Amino acid sequence: MTSSELLTTLSARALEGKHVVFAGHGLPTLAVSLAQRTVSPGVEIIYESGVTGAQPADLPRSISDSVLVTGAAGVLPMAQLFNFVLQGQRVDVGFLGAAQVDRYGSLNSSLIGKDWRAPANKLPGSGGAIEAMAGAGEIFVVMRRHNPRSLVADLDFCTTPGPRRAAAARGGMMPAGLGVTTVITDLGIMTRRGIDEELVLTAVHPGVEVDDVRAATGWDLEVSKNLVTTVPPTGRELALLRDVLDPERVYLR
Amino acid sequence: MDKRTSLSEAVAEHIRDGQLVALEGFGHLVPVAAAHEIIRQGLRDLTLARMTGDVLIDQLLAAGCLKGVIGSFVGNSSAGSLHELRRRVENSDPVPLDLEEYSHGGMVCRYLAGASKLPFYPINSYRGSDLVALNGKIRSVKDPYGGEEIHVVPALNPDVTIIHAQRADRAGNIQAWGILGVQAEAAFAGRKVIVTVEEIVDDAVIRSDPNRTIVPSHVVDAVVHCPRGAHPHSVQGYYDRDDGFSRRWSELARDPRRLRDWLQENIHGTRDHAEYIARLGPDYWDRLQVEAAFSVPVNYGGRK
Repeated sequence: MTSSELLTTLSARALEGKHVVFAGHGLPTLAVSLAQRTVSPGVEIIYESGVTGAQPADLPRSISDSVLVTGAAGVLPMAQLFNFVLQGQRVDVGFLGAAQVDRYGSLNSSLIGKDWRAPANKLPGSGGAIEAMAGAGEIFVVMRRHNPRSLVADLDFCTTPGPRRAAAARGGMMPAGLGVTTVITDLGIMTRRGIDEELVLTAVHPGVEVDDVRAATGWDLEVSKNLVTTVPPTGRELALLRDVLDPERVYLR
Repeated sequence: MDKRTSLSEAVAEHIRDGQLVALEGFGHLVPVAAAHEIIRQGLRDLTLARMTGDVLIDQLLAAGCLKGVIGSFVGNSSAGSLHELRRRVENSDPVPLDLEEYSHGGMVCRYLAGASKLPFYPINSYRGSDLVALNGKIRSVKDPYGGEEIHVVPALNPDVTIIHAQRADRAGNIQAWGILGVQAEAAFAGRKVIVTVEEIVDDAVIRSDPNRTIVPSHVVDAVVHCPRGAHPHSVQGYYDRDDGFSRRWSELARDPRRLRDWLQENIHGTRDHAEYIARLGPDYWDRLQVEAAFSVPVNYGGRK
């Protein structure tokens, strides 16, 4: 079992009982496909490209892959997707990736380095992440690498503010939802609920020590009293991922 | 009115150095052939508006056509980074780039204001984002109806908007299906509009399915027959995305010299898009063929 297989499986399981899910770029695309075939067959997935109710015959290579459209329930233009669906608060869970996450679940997907005008690394930018955070009931984040550069005390740049950061700022409206409630990484799972609550380590993957996770986190990470160990993918989940959903390993690197 | 013209004439007639040009299309129906023609004609100091930056941004930058980019995402689909853009932003190599960033929702609202001839558009998502500090054009106003402050973004009215679609009639009624992006809003916001299409069809074809029209002819200044005009992106029902090209691009664009050699050979070294397409050869295009999946016809029947 690879780390990305574990991440994808746990991301899919987190969608159990969710009705309307907004899927961003990368691993979320694969995770929602697995959830559809396992824990959440009735979930309505809305891709960032505007496709709703997709039932693709082949794995989408990105959120704007035309394979998503053939046989889908609908395709919305961007103005409807962003203004009616996301800003209109129609989404239960937004599923996003990010380069950096802070302890209250604000996200950076714009740049690395403190000099915004000459960043060390230019990242792709917000895409629809800001609107997903502001409009969705909650946000799940999946991160391939849990280290002090990605789980940081201070974001180099806050692209996508959680409600706590938004409350501290001035001008403009507050996000409608809880912000980031679940962060799934290659070491474990962190969760938070209330606006002023921090991310708390609630699960570690088999073989991972709590001290490893704390050492890999850029702030003094709180650990839940009810810490559990995650359950690895079942044979069926692995077979679906490897043989049915991503045989060419587009996402399962 | 017959608005058909060639791509070279459309670009030569409607685009001038220094203008603001929108090229829209969300990973699908991207007007790549038009970007290549802008490169062939050596236009300079353009500002490009585009929600989802992709290989065409690297190409326009390396060709020296752009002084600025207005957008909300820059990347090469699932194949990685845009290395020419990163060199500009990270190291001002060879010159700096004026990159004006929004979220996707912010870009949508800019086009909506532009298309509606409003000075700005309200948006509820920016509170607490550093994009507000980075981009002075994102401002906030007091809700005149007694609510909270709300962020606003300014209207975007491109001098020229270019989009690609499946088909149009000679007058420029544009029909598209599949992922629709922000093409209609960007077209209505544009002062001039050029549309490239896979097929020019008879009026009767368009009139058999009027709900399929995303942009009416009165908005369009030039319509250009341009098969495979979105490659390496897909066109629903016509050809698939070319993932191999995107992967090769991410490799090639790491080296500025190889990138410029590619432009010399494939863009400057071709007379037009048809020659670019022909050079790749029939086998290449066979691999990108898609299987047909027709919709059930709808009944537009009216009064007896």
